[in-house]
Amino acid sequence: MSRIYLAIAIALSMSFSVAAWAQDQSEEIDELRQRVQELEERLDQQSTTPESATTTAEPGLPTTADQPATTSGAPAPTSNKFNPAISLILNAKYRYFKLDPNTYTVGGFVPPGGHGHGGEEEGGHGGGFGPGDRGFSLDETELAFSANVDPYWFGFVQAGILDGEVDIEEAYIQNSGYVPGLLVKAGRFFSGMGYINEQHPHAWDFVDAPLVQLAMNGINYGDDGVQLRYVAPTPLFLEFGLEAGRGANFPGSERNKNGPNAWVGFVHLGGDVGFSNSYQIGASYRDTTAEEREFDDEDSLGNEIENHFVDLKSKTYGIDFVWKWAPNGDPSVRNFKFQAEYYRRTEDGQLEYDLDMAGAGPLEGPYKSEQDGWYAQGVWQFMPRWRVGVRYDLLDSGTLEYGPITDGTISREDLQQLREHKPERATIMVDFSSSEYTRFRLQYSEDKARFDETDQQLIFQYVVSLGAHGAHKF
Amino acid sequence: MSATPERTHQNVMLNMETLMRQLIVFFCITLACALPAVAHGKVRAFACEPEWAALLEELGGNQVKVYQATSPKQDPHRVEARPSLIARMRVADLIVCSGSDLEIGWLPVLLQSAGNRDVQPGQPGYFMASDYVRRLEVPDRVDRSMGDVHPSGNPHVHLDPRNLAIIATALSKRLAEIDRENAEFYQTRNVTFQERWSASIERWEREAIDLKGLRLVTYHRDAIYLVNWLGMELTTTIEPKPGIPPSTRHLSKLLSELKAEPADAIVRMAFNDPKAPTWLSERTGIPVVELPYTVGGTKQAKDLFGLFDDTIDRLKVAAGRS
Repeated sequence: MSRIYLAIAIALSMSFSVAAWAQDQSEEIDELRQRVQELEERLDQQSTTPESATTTAEPGLPTTADQPATTSGAPAPTSNKFNPAISLILNAKYRYFKLDPNTYTVGGFVPPGGHGHGGEEEGGHGGGFGPGDRGFSLDETELAFSANVDPYWFGFVQAGILDGEVDIEEAYIQNSGYVPGLLVKAGRFFSGMGYINEQHPHAWDFVDAPLVQLAMNGINYGDDGVQLRYVAPTPLFLEFGLEAGRGANFPGSERNKNGPNAWVGFVHLGGDVGFSNSYQIGASYRDTTAEEREFDDEDSLGNEIENHFVDLKSKTYGIDFVWKWAPNGDPSVRNFKFQAEYYRRTEDGQLEYDLDMAGAGPLEGPYKSEQDGWYAQGVWQFMPRWRVGVRYDLLDSGTLEYGPITDGTISREDLQQLREHKPERATIMVDFSSSEYTRFRLQYSEDKARFDETDQQLIFQYVVSLGAHGAHKF
Repeated sequence: MSATPERTHQNVMLNMETLMRQLIVFFCITLACALPAVAHGKVRAFACEPEWAALLEELGGNQVKVYQATSPKQDPHRVEARPSLIARMRVADLIVCSGSDLEIGWLPVLLQSAGNRDVQPGQPGYFMASDYVRRLEVPDRVDRSMGDVHPSGNPHVHLDPRNLAIIATALSKRLAEIDRENAEFYQTRNVTFQERWSASIERWEREAIDLKGLRLVTYHRDAIYLVNWLGMELTTTIEPKPGIPPSTRHLSKLLSELKAEPADAIVRMAFNDPKAPTWLSERTGIPVVELPYTVGGTKQAKDLFGLFDDTIDRLKVAAGRS
């Protein structure tokens, strides 16, 4: 017990010393108060005309200290003079593919397809995996508006526009800090899971998304729902996030349900190493259910197998890592960025399948799979404006328990989409930015996403930004 | 064997007691540490650039805990919105930045990600220094073909010490608003600072009298307030347009221009890449003068006073050589 008394004694004595210190302070303050008054009087006498002490031969540069100088109307504090801030991203490509892009697939994986933010962008070739069209093409023009709604809410909308279609990619309101450290987002938004998922395609360091991102998240996994983020008051950056959403997007599906269908949780930790290095590590988890997800496979003879997931629990685990280097923290001349992500997805549930050749109508059976994949990439700016990058992708189709296999009608090797495969891709790119609003990029890939053939892909792209372009996240 | 359960039970009880005792000790010590922290109640300030960190130290003394977000070796336009900066902004009571879009590439992200309502625009904790002074080079129209121009004028306002005097008074009032208990303390410190500062301005202006008319080449138009204050002349910039790095073609064009119409010095700020200034200097014979730009940019520029002492010293050396 003596230790308790000791602790209390220490506590009290420290508080007393504070009190004593406060008393000293108050005497000092009195003294200072007098001095201030004297000085103020002196200053008042000196400067009967304000600023005469500071202005010199140069006429009228500095003005008064009480009011912000209004040089050109009311200054818009954070963006430009537009309210709301408007930003437009233009984006076009030239693509060379050795193999027909209509035969493209990421072998061994169920295509994202369906109604996602992903899949659609690339025109729906290859069942949602499509790499886009051959030759010249204009890609989605991204139009974004953002502004403070009132002192409490910030609003943001980004739409992708292409050939008569307008796709609302994100549209949300956000409150920042009503509860210290808490950010509340509601509407449609890209999930905070992983690293690249929250980035719009124009911010990517390569033309296309990593294969694992495509296979697990369908380009950008977004949802209609609510997101809570909490930034802890710690010297290291520590952020927790929780999302509850409709879950209609791949790997989930529409469910006609009142409650949320998809849950996402994530945590980010970040900091600096010296002046030149900074990093961020993250872990994320997504839990969703598919009831309406459909996809068609074929057997080796070309007979169709229709699959309909009736009740499939899909769980995704991810870790992500980013490291940035810039000499003394100044990236303008040289800098390096490394990023890597790993995802594992387990799916378990019931499947309705219809085999063409059997002609017996839909049957029910199990579906269970465990798949994973990762990518790592490095981008090196070796002189102002010029960067080179290299990326490696590897996926593993993993294990599969599948109705038609378990009932003995077909073997896994005969499946045209879900047979075993380790899709792999190696990519190099070089890009040039004539200013920070422009990027011209040339990229070459050796793509072994298909089962037996290697595709060679050469893509030239430009991405430019007009208007108030928001700052990019780390 | 029969005694074992009892002994285990006793052990558990003992462990519980020890744990409780340790918890109380821990609590008391935490309390002891927390009490003085409450009594001190320091203002936590986030300074975007070193000059504002230095000014906060002048005005806030030991009542303000300053976090300096960037180093003098960093171009303030090009800073990554690093996670560590979000963490620091999260706990800030006050952010002090240049404003006028200087930090547009990173500050908005920090403000959005940190979840700190006290430092949002319009709050007392949001202080943009350039709002308080008259900005130079406010463009009539803004078009990106002109490069990365700031619609509300040139934001590098701190290189005119008369601007700093005005900003200091405004910032001192802001500190007093945030930390009312110490209002008088801040006022006193500002009065003291203003006295020293206006005396220094007089001295600098005397010392720099010979610099009048000095023709300078800079990398970016970040010396315009300095040039304007001391009556110097900014002939041209190494970058062709604001924010656009010089190409070799532009440099050779600049070289012939400078040969035809020489300048007195080529200014290199502490964070500028030395390549282009050195290249031009070697071919034209015009001396390169390395200026600190901000506090800490050179060894001599230890504080705001040192910043201008050293800037003027270095310019005088360059002027004497040409």
